[in-house]
Amino acid sequence: MIGVGKAKQYSNVLDKPLSKGKQEVSLSAFAFLFSELVQYNQTQVDNIAELERRLEDAGYSVGARVLELLCHRDKGNRRDTRLLGILSFVHTTVWKVLFGKAADSLEKGTEHEDEYMISEKELLVNRFISIPKDMGTFNCGAFVAGIVRGVLDSAGFPAVVTAHFVPIEGQQRPRTTILIKFAEES
Amino acid sequence: MAPVAPRSGDAIFASVDRVNAELFTLTYGAIVRQLLTDLEEVEEVNKQLDQMGYNIGIRLVDEFLAKSNVSSCVDFKETAEVIAKVGFKMFLGVTASVTNWDADGTCCSIVLEDNPLVDFVELPDNCQGLYYCNILSGVIRGALEMVSMKTEITWARDMLRGDDAFELQVKLIKQVPEEYPYKDDE
Repeated sequence: MIGVGKAKQYSNVLDKPLSKGKQEVSLSAFAFLFSELVQYNQTQVDNIAELERRLEDAGYSVGARVLELLCHRDKGNRRDTRLLGILSFVHTTVWKVLFGKAADSLEKGTEHEDEYMISEKELLVNRFISIPKDMGTFNCGAFVAGIVRGVLDSAGFPAVVTAHFVPIEGQQRPRTTILIKFAEES
Repeated sequence: MAPVAPRSGDAIFASVDRVNAELFTLTYGAIVRQLLTDLEEVEEVNKQLDQMGYNIGIRLVDEFLAKSNVSSCVDFKETAEVIAKVGFKMFLGVTASVTNWDADGTCCSIVLEDNPLVDFVELPDNCQGLYYCNILSGVIRGALEMVSMKTEITWARDMLRGDDAFELQVKLIKQVPEEYPYKDDE
């Protein structure tokens, strides 16, 4: 049996009832933790692209777990198998659970058939982040891009997902767009 | 200005922005996994988690003082109570209890029964030496250091290792008298 061996109080994490997901922690606790994630990864890389890739990797493992958790808890062990279904699942269900609200918008790319964009005026992870000038286009949203890629990939929709700042006219802070480019069907 | 009454942990937690605890839990999990991959040695991971906690603690104490209106504690006993009842509550939404005081009041245990860091977590056999929540001990150490208390913090009980609760033993090493870098009348 998995998880048994050492004398543990409750022998298996699977014996515990699954939480309802209503628990909360303060936003600052998360912001502090996220800031440590970014700072630690900065020490592990030489350039921005690598830093984004590592944040994306961290996010990926969150996304894969979120998909499993939500499908099991909220959807009776079913998941969407159609492209638009899974996209709206990400935009609505996943976003609501993780960030407390549905994402601001989900759009289809105008230039390419296989591109979709999820945009957010103030992405949670970017809320307390300002990017130093010398770090150019670095976007901590890479972590969220990783979450999205983790969900999509685990649901059978491999994609390349990236995060970008898009300036909005008349606003000081840009919005963040998560660009999803689906892989070709193999 | 009249002194402001200290606020309870519940009141602060209710008034701050919050995020879903699962996002927090899974993000922390992603950090620990990344550390395990990068550093390989469980001991090194424990150290790094403690360091990250320390970094958080020295910043978090500012927010704690600003929001809680807590004035100086008269003794270490009060300090420990405030950490357990106000600190844990306002950031993690859980309360801890303080027990096991030694005779001279410099060493006690903070006991957590509910711990949002460990949902879904089980230690695999090759990570038995890991103090999964070591970031917490770093946070407390860092925060206390900023209010002039040097402490040493060790884990006495850990539910992931089969105990019935999480117990942090906090030992006050020395209290550094506060020194102002300036004179009051300047």
